[in-house]
Amino acid sequence: MLTAKELEDKGRQALAWVDERFPLSVLYKTHVSEYYAPKNFNFWYLFGSMALLVLVIQIVTGIFLVMHYKPDASLNAAGVPVAFASVEYIMREVPGGRFIRYMHSTGASMFFIVVYLHMFRGLLYGSYRKPRELVWLFGMAIFLCLMGEAFFGYLLPWGQMSGWGAQVIVNLFAAIPVIGPDLSVFIRGDFVVSDATLNRFFAFHVIAIPLVLLGLVTAHLIALHEVGSNNPDGVEIKERKDEQGIPLDGIPFHPYHVVKDVLGAVVLLIVFSIIVFFMPEGGGYFLEYNNFMPYDQLKTPPHIAPVWYFTPYYSMLRATTSSFLPFLWLLVALIVGLTWRGCSCVWIRRACLLVVAGAYWGFFGLTLFGFTKPPFDLAIAGIHLGLGLDAKFWGVVMMGGSVMLFALLPWLDRSPVRSIRYKGVLYKAILAVFVICFLILGYYGTQPPSPVGNVVSQICTILYLAYFGLMPWYSKLDKCKPVPERLTWK
Amino acid sequence: MSDHKQEALAGESFCACSADPSRRALLAATAGLGAAAGIGAAVPFVASFTPSDRARAAGAPVEVDLSGLRPGEKLVVEWQGKPVWILRRTPEMLAGLKTLDDKLVDPGSSAAEQPAYVSGEARSIAGKEEFFVCVGICTHLGCSPSDKFATGADSGMGEGWKGGFLCPCHGSMFDLAGRVFKSMPAPTNLVIPPHTYLSDTRLLIGQDSKGA
Repeated sequence: MLTAKELEDKGRQALAWVDERFPLSVLYKTHVSEYYAPKNFNFWYLFGSMALLVLVIQIVTGIFLVMHYKPDASLNAAGVPVAFASVEYIMREVPGGRFIRYMHSTGASMFFIVVYLHMFRGLLYGSYRKPRELVWLFGMAIFLCLMGEAFFGYLLPWGQMSGWGAQVIVNLFAAIPVIGPDLSVFIRGDFVVSDATLNRFFAFHVIAIPLVLLGLVTAHLIALHEVGSNNPDGVEIKERKDEQGIPLDGIPFHPYHVVKDVLGAVVLLIVFSIIVFFMPEGGGYFLEYNNFMPYDQLKTPPHIAPVWYFTPYYSMLRATTSSFLPFLWLLVALIVGLTWRGCSCVWIRRACLLVVAGAYWGFFGLTLFGFTKPPFDLAIAGIHLGLGLDAKFWGVVMMGGSVMLFALLPWLDRSPVRSIRYKGVLYKAILAVFVICFLILGYYGTQPPSPVGNVVSQICTILYLAYFGLMPWYSKLDKCKPVPERLTWK
Repeated sequence: MSDHKQEALAGESFCACSADPSRRALLAATAGLGAAAGIGAAVPFVASFTPSDRARAAGAPVEVDLSGLRPGEKLVVEWQGKPVWILRRTPEMLAGLKTLDDKLVDPGSSAAEQPAYVSGEARSIAGKEEFFVCVGICTHLGCSPSDKFATGADSGMGEGWKGGFLCPCHGSMFDLAGRVFKSMPAPTNLVIPPHTYLSDTRLLIGQDSKGA
């Protein structure tokens, strides 16, 4: 028998053996035991590690689901699509299958809850600002991958919402001028959403995107650990270090933040379990009732809406009608005008002129001068139709663009301070309006189209865009408070 | 980190003093050929994304028996994986179509995708105005609109509603000839497929009418 001392020596020797061949101890120190994170992390700093936990849940449950699921749109002997039947088989006949499937479907919604809160933390404390631009951009790429995962994965059960959701989203690409119609056929691999579409979406969902996602998560963490974490004060802790070069306001990630994150994980898992065991359908928001019917390509369900996490952007798509476009151009004109006034760079000013000239002649010019009668209105309509620049195209641009706007934040925010703690009333009010608009858009996206909902969504869409578009100006106007030299904590 | 930078700098100066320009050409040629080979190798992968021969071959014409279809009723058949509607319109329905011109985006269907032998506000083959044949897929984002055949205030579609279709996804409204109303997300009227009447009660969808 080895004594404890001898055992420890053996362990040390084994570790030394590995360290000579692979930087295990170095990696552990750099990223865990000697990664100094600010000591004033609060509630909002739990969501990053939670997102990682949900990712692990999704990968593990996903692997087990693939063992029973069949991506096949053909009909079985009972006349039910094989893919749909295989999901029912998992739910009813595979031992434990019901829980694995519910964990995966609940995980999808939890992923978005956690990631939206994680992103909101960034807005609160300016986590995207220099030098964390790449942390933020990798994060945005992760967000896009998640949206892709959710979209591709949603087709797999081959229910009514799966099929019609995919039909609508793939048709969005058909709105792109010139190449659009061919592009949508290229994505589907058929002229309609069919078995070919199901199989390629399966490939994207289970291997292509997860591989990219894991790479991006790694890059996100490497970039974060290179520049160091931001904190609720927005103070750079690396600027004040002790003799050993350790930030005075930093504490090692392990054990301090690990313990805190474990607490967060426990709370997350409690909520997760309650959903999985007692309300796996989430009231029709996590699993939509229409998706318990197999896909019928001849009949759209009377009310279709995407899953809740896509609804804010879906609302913006619906809000972009031809009568809404002039308001959109007005906002663009305001932003371009302000850029012209505030920027001395000659190339940016020339670009502004170009945008204004194009927008003016293309969209208002003739109308403002009263050329609304034939043949001028026909000429304008003809130009727009010819270029494919109709409301449908702009709706698609709006939906994609409004997601991507987050990526510009590091360059839009001109505030002298990072954290909301030292920003003025103006930014706090604007951020509140932005969040309310996002929630309202999300609500209306779950509802059938209505005139009131449409107008409210249009107003919220404009405010959503203004939050980003006007940030370079209002963030400078805001009266900020002095930032302390060191972190504040109790 | 600073060590890394110094190493990188040292490496750079090492390269600069011993660079052999004759090898650069070889390097460029290798990179160029490699890129060409990469593009060539990508061709089958990209091509595999396009519809297969089997998918292209699908879509034979579909024959429909109209004898059981009463006025005011709609039949749905599958053609090329899409729903095709055959609506037998009543005289009132047809009369309603004439009153809508100022509410429609394209009353004459000049921008609509429809065969040349289909004409008029009824968008049907001459002599067969009663029957309305169209692909039941919204021109916005491809949902299949729902029937809204009730008229007037009872329809829930407004006072002046003369019957038509409502797309459940984004709310586009169409009349009983599949013409889209103004200020709707759908840009154009519903698509009319090639079709021909084999006899009074037999309709063939997917094949053009001759001579008409």
